[in-house]
Amino acid sequence: MADHDVVVVGGGGAGLRAAIAILQTDPRLDVAVVSKVYPMRSHTVSAEGGAAAVIAAGDTLDEHAYDTVSGSDWLSDQDAVEAFVAEAPRELLQLEHWGCPWSRMPDGEVAVRAFGGMKKMRTWFAADKTGFHLLHTLFQTSLQYEQITRYDEWYVTTLLVDENRVHGVVGIELATGRIEAITGRAVVLCTGGCGRVFPFTTNGNIKTGDGMALAYRAGAPLKDMEFVQYHPTGLPFTGILITEAARAEGGWLLNKDGYRYLQDYDLGTPSPEPVLRSMELGPRDRLSQAFVHEQEKGNTVDTPYGPVVYLDLRHLGAGVIDSKLPFVRELCLQYERIDPVHELIPVRPVQHYMMGGVHTDIDGATGLPGLYAAGEVACVSINGANRLGSNSLPELLVFGRRAGIAAAGFAATDRRGPGHAVQAQAADEHRRLERDLLARRDGRERIADVRTDMQHTMEGSAGIYRDTETLVKGADRLRELRERFGKATIEDDSRAFNTELVAALELGFMLDVAETIVACALRREESRGAHQRTDFPRRDDARLLAHSLVTRDPTGSPRVGYLPVTITRWPPGERVYGR
Amino acid sequence: MPDTITLQVTRYRPDADGPPTLQEYVVPLREEWAVLDGLNYIKDQLDGTLSFRWSCRMGICGSCGMTVNGDPALTCGTFLTDYAPGPVRVEPLANFPVIRDLVVEIDDFMRKLPEVKPWLVREDGEALDDVEFLQTPAEMDEYKQYSMCINCMLCYAACPVYGLEPDFLGPAAIALAQRYNLDSRDQGAHQRLDVLATAEGIWACTYVGECTTACPKGVDPAGAIQRYKLTAATRTLRSFLMPWRAR
Repeated sequence: MADHDVVVVGGGGAGLRAAIAILQTDPRLDVAVVSKVYPMRSHTVSAEGGAAAVIAAGDTLDEHAYDTVSGSDWLSDQDAVEAFVAEAPRELLQLEHWGCPWSRMPDGEVAVRAFGGMKKMRTWFAADKTGFHLLHTLFQTSLQYEQITRYDEWYVTTLLVDENRVHGVVGIELATGRIEAITGRAVVLCTGGCGRVFPFTTNGNIKTGDGMALAYRAGAPLKDMEFVQYHPTGLPFTGILITEAARAEGGWLLNKDGYRYLQDYDLGTPSPEPVLRSMELGPRDRLSQAFVHEQEKGNTVDTPYGPVVYLDLRHLGAGVIDSKLPFVRELCLQYERIDPVHELIPVRPVQHYMMGGVHTDIDGATGLPGLYAAGEVACVSINGANRLGSNSLPELLVFGRRAGIAAAGFAATDRRGPGHAVQAQAADEHRRLERDLLARRDGRERIADVRTDMQHTMEGSAGIYRDTETLVKGADRLRELRERFGKATIEDDSRAFNTELVAALELGFMLDVAETIVACALRREESRGAHQRTDFPRRDDARLLAHSLVTRDPTGSPRVGYLPVTITRWPPGERVYGR
Repeated sequence: MPDTITLQVTRYRPDADGPPTLQEYVVPLREEWAVLDGLNYIKDQLDGTLSFRWSCRMGICGSCGMTVNGDPALTCGTFLTDYAPGPVRVEPLANFPVIRDLVVEIDDFMRKLPEVKPWLVREDGEALDDVEFLQTPAEMDEYKQYSMCINCMLCYAACPVYGLEPDFLGPAAIALAQRYNLDSRDQGAHQRLDVLATAEGIWACTYVGECTTACPKGVDPAGAIQRYKLTAATRTLRSFLMPWRAR
């Protein structure tokens, strides 16, 4: 058993920012960063377009807040949004001082670009590899802190909870199969999203909702799980993201007739130059929904990997593409064998981000003492029913830091080590894993088959448009899948880097998360942001201007309740884009 | 085009007897499939015991480097049709200890990385001003390509010196040191000199250039090393001639 002051689970942007914030708060603390991959492999690395924060002349915090609140379809908590926009500029500046290569203007100042749903140009960017540079800058900066003990390639399987307080985690060292408790006075979950619950996603293979399920099983509620973001422009087959920055730089979305179809969906009128909060710079939920309608009208193009529309960058020319969107060109050339300088890019909506997550307050505190969460795993919520592009990177910095500070403070209040009950729990978990490792060889199901069926169930029932019938069917199907999962086999009996065991544990987590998504989507009888019910097509502020809060009942099933939204200065209104 | 292709994949278990062996699997040959898609087909449909790393499958997380038909490559960006009719040999990256099947141990690199201080060093400490450090696009161009390293380890697998001299800092670590040395905001070049200008640092490199060829991200570690040799030689010479100006 290894003991630390604070245990951070996840080594991506939020986790590293939290770890550094803990040590900025109190350099005497001892921090563990436990990650199932080397930190620089974390999914933050895939973020492309940029990070929003008010810095440009003529921009204001209120405008960033309003764009975020209206983009969220009024489901964000406005106190959290106000704190977020106020702290974002300083966080991005901090990254700059740590060496992040933000793209610059000729005079050497940081440059900003347009982004979807934003009324001003306020998105800082490092070409179109912003997440990559942000993550490597944080990781390399973290290397100078000797107080950080890294557990690279350790997979966390459970939280240790005793007397309503979190005391650490149990993890498996992947290289050796060693199972060990890693205890601490506070735990910060920074494990990211759960895109792999869906079949077609921009998310890497590691995004399996681990932290959401860890918290949920430990009794901490999840919030707004029905709000799943589809990004309008993914490459078919791979699901690789083509950044929104491609449209911010002037790219057009065309249907099969070469028509800029967004003009038919109350998103404005087309003009040759990009217009903020209009057309291709509308919010992601509205653009992905427009695609579905184009498909229904027969205006998309069928491919072996589903219907597509086209993203047209040709008029931007090689100069703009190579300087502002080099990764877009690299990805298209390598994965689609097309050159966006001369050819249209086939795209379709792709699962991208979870607005929902572990319920936290403005300091990352969950309902469970000692447990904090930040980044995509968490739901504060600044994103409400729809996140704006380029708000997630500043979010993980602002709330990673806040959660780190709060966890450091909490750890200082009680410095006792873990008691016998915690040690007994760790021993129980050890036995459970041994059973899963050793006694699952005679099943008839493959883990991969159950996972694939779960993913298609989720796409069929909790996709861009939902209704009662498909959601009920989805919930039934998930119950069957849970039974099948219980009988699935783990062929691999090696201790060394057993990825099949990890896949099984991940699938268990994903089934929990999938159930909460479907349960929350079924209960919310309205349409708001990314949650669109064809049987309840209107927003219902009278009943449902509220966060859904889902907990696990004693039988293991999700139970959904509601929590009011915090409104400070922007009463609910109409979302207006392009007019 | 045939509709299948054979993959010959290294299998190795440290807790079982015997050296690594090659196992053959037949997978569908599809236009869009990368070598990684073939491996995932094996894992999901044929043999759940095969272990390998992968995540982003868009060439940016650096997890899925392996040796494909003798060359280090990111398997997510290396396509099966380029090897048709096959077979395709998929082995772990060379020059690293193997943990299991296609998974190599990179602890050595993770230990060396902090030695080159790959972070921005400021002599005035960490004070956060209200404005950015100015940096013109031309100043950024000085180091930009070295900042594109994804730590995928292909350059270490390609480097003949690292294969013979495990103490060699290696291409990516030196390129990252240069990434900060050449950053107009950094003031730590002299602190990195002691680590870089040693027999295990730049002077171990024999300038074969395999690292630059292997890099999937267009970083030129060989160029970084050559350029730093000149810097280091100049500094060493100056410290002999003008010890009062050497830092």
